[in-house]
Amino acid sequence: MTHTLSALVKNRPRVLARVAGLFARRDFNIESLAVSTTEDAAVSRMTIAVDASGTPLEQVRKQLEKLHDVVTVIDHTEHAVVERELCMIKVKVKASQRAEVAALVEIFRGDIIDIGNGALIVQCVGNSDKIDAFIENFADYGIIELVRTGKVVLARGSQKT
Amino acid sequence: MSQKMINGAQGMLEVFAEEGVDVIFGYPGGSVIPIYDALYDSQIRNILPRHEQGAAHAADGYARSTGRVGVCMATSGPGALNLVTGLANAYMDSVPMVAITGQVKRNLIGKDSFQEADTTGVTIPVTKHNYLVTNPAELVDICREAFYLARTGRPGPVLVDVPFDVSIGEVPWTERNIEGLDGYEEPQPVDDELIRQAAQMIEEAKRPILMIGGGVVASGAAEKLIELATKCNLGVIHTLMGKGAFPESHELSMGMPGMHGMAYASTALQNSDLMIVIGARFDDRITGDLEKFAPGAQVIHIDIDAAEIAKLRPVKVGICADAGAALEKLVAACKSRDKGPWEQQLFEWRRTHPLSYPMPDEGIAPQYIVEQLYELTGGSAIIATEVGQNQMWAAQYYKLEKPRRFLSSGGLGTMGYGFPAAIGAQVGNPDDLVVDIAGDGSIQMNQQELTTATINKLPVKVVILNNSYLGMVRQWQELFFDNRLSGVDLTGNPDFARMAEAHGGVGLRCAEPDKVRETLEQGLEVKDKPVFMDFVVNKEENVFPFIPAGKSVDDIMMEQPKQEK
Repeated sequence: MTHTLSALVKNRPRVLARVAGLFARRDFNIESLAVSTTEDAAVSRMTIAVDASGTPLEQVRKQLEKLHDVVTVIDHTEHAVVERELCMIKVKVKASQRAEVAALVEIFRGDIIDIGNGALIVQCVGNSDKIDAFIENFADYGIIELVRTGKVVLARGSQKT
Repeated sequence: MSQKMINGAQGMLEVFAEEGVDVIFGYPGGSVIPIYDALYDSQIRNILPRHEQGAAHAADGYARSTGRVGVCMATSGPGALNLVTGLANAYMDSVPMVAITGQVKRNLIGKDSFQEADTTGVTIPVTKHNYLVTNPAELVDICREAFYLARTGRPGPVLVDVPFDVSIGEVPWTERNIEGLDGYEEPQPVDDELIRQAAQMIEEAKRPILMIGGGVVASGAAEKLIELATKCNLGVIHTLMGKGAFPESHELSMGMPGMHGMAYASTALQNSDLMIVIGARFDDRITGDLEKFAPGAQVIHIDIDAAEIAKLRPVKVGICADAGAALEKLVAACKSRDKGPWEQQLFEWRRTHPLSYPMPDEGIAPQYIVEQLYELTGGSAIIATEVGQNQMWAAQYYKLEKPRRFLSSGGLGTMGYGFPAAIGAQVGNPDDLVVDIAGDGSIQMNQQELTTATINKLPVKVVILNNSYLGMVRQWQELFFDNRLSGVDLTGNPDFARMAEAHGGVGLRCAEPDKVRETLEQGLEVKDKPVFMDFVVNKEENVFPFIPAGKSVDDIMMEQPKQEK
């Protein structure tokens, strides 16, 4: 099962290497990792999706907290969170298919963001399930390339992320 | 406001002085010359090893035996990389160390410059934390932070990589203020409710037992441990790292469990219904097959590292705290408890399954040598060990009454650790007898440090149990690989006694059982130079008891299987 951890880390060189190295050497399984700046220039946020089937999530959290450059780690398993991921797909589309593709994109409240020679780039924002479904619907057209950002979350209300 | 400026290297030494550093184990090279230049005018002594690995292990031995932070230093590139094994060794055994490494000038970093290596990159997995000082304004505070991180919480090695132009340049001097570091897990106060629950579990248990590890030593909690054990009449089992934290001559001492531990200790754990584990981490050498390990026992686990609690074994009560602080509260919370049938059973197991070994027809029994050393010294020596059979015989037959007197590579299992560690321990404890119990394989891994010992007049004693084999591997090959001995024959070893003499030390050789005692006596007499005592032992002696890797106490081998020989 996938769990989401949100870690605030010091904005220092190698901090990503420290976190990634910890996951690698302890044999923890990362499904996605998104790193971004925050409202505080001194810290960055890492949103980490972890497959905890091999190692208990608690152990992952505690090992992360031991890293000196990691300021806080919050496990959002029990929290109400807003979760978003962005996906772009470059898909083979003939001119004659554009209308139906536009309709499909509309269902997912996505956008067509580029039209090229025989290909479109479509974009969708949503939780990971929605992105999975979005991708699945384009499989029949022929996906040339795709990219996902990895999910980011913010906890609702007064709960900290 | 103008800030006071100071030469970078001098600033580092000022911080060392604040921290009470009196000795550095360091080897110079191009990028640490500014620091050696500052040392020229300093009260801090530099012990020059003959290899950087020796420097790291010596700092480790100094730290383990004194409780202070050990400091080692090396130059950029190969020098720094030669520290890596020593850092990993200290990290696995939670030893407080600060390693200073030189780095190429900042504008040369990343350019494949001469003697450049990515030291901080390489050492992330083997240090508690590390720093590359890119901003000179941070140098002084980083050095302070390094010591703070090394000695607080779960101790460990911290590395500071200092580019040449930072140590030779001017840096601002700042006043000392390092408490409450952002992102650092400060030790938490002991949770009273958890202590109450633990005390209740001890009261209700039928077959409770204490298992204590290196955390009790690191915390300086040995006296509190004795209070708890005697108040509640709890048998005390120690791990290799916990050796000496509880007096081994004490009625309640139940020995060391695990792969080569005492059968009575492993049996006691296996049959307990409550394990009170303090500063120990359920290493596989203790537990064997985790699924089969002490299946009927509930666990109270006290450890300063939250990540150790329930890492391998589920716990009923987990207390993340300093061992001494937790023990103090636990002693107060526990009711006195008398010895009962369970304790009588423990003592019975201990009486009926003592350690034993056969006297060989040829050569000397290695266990006998350790026993004689113990008797001659009254258990008062600081013992370092190498790794392998020598390490296990030392742990089995040299009994200790006090902590910080057993220096052994428990986690990493580093051959070549013991001799330089003994040198570091002798530097930190000039009036103590320091003995390295070694094998003929291990001693050759850092034998170059003989010179270090001679030049510094360090009377480190090395007892070599010489079987002309890599004995532990040979033992596994004999017992599990049809005696197909491969790569373990050390025939052609140097003459260790003459080697010691060639380095200005004293060399003794003994091949007869009835000369063991006099050889030891003669060696222990030497007061101003290192001594190698080369004992030719029974080549094929094995370490027993033996619980094969991944098995349980049900599979224990107490002695040499009859059909095998």
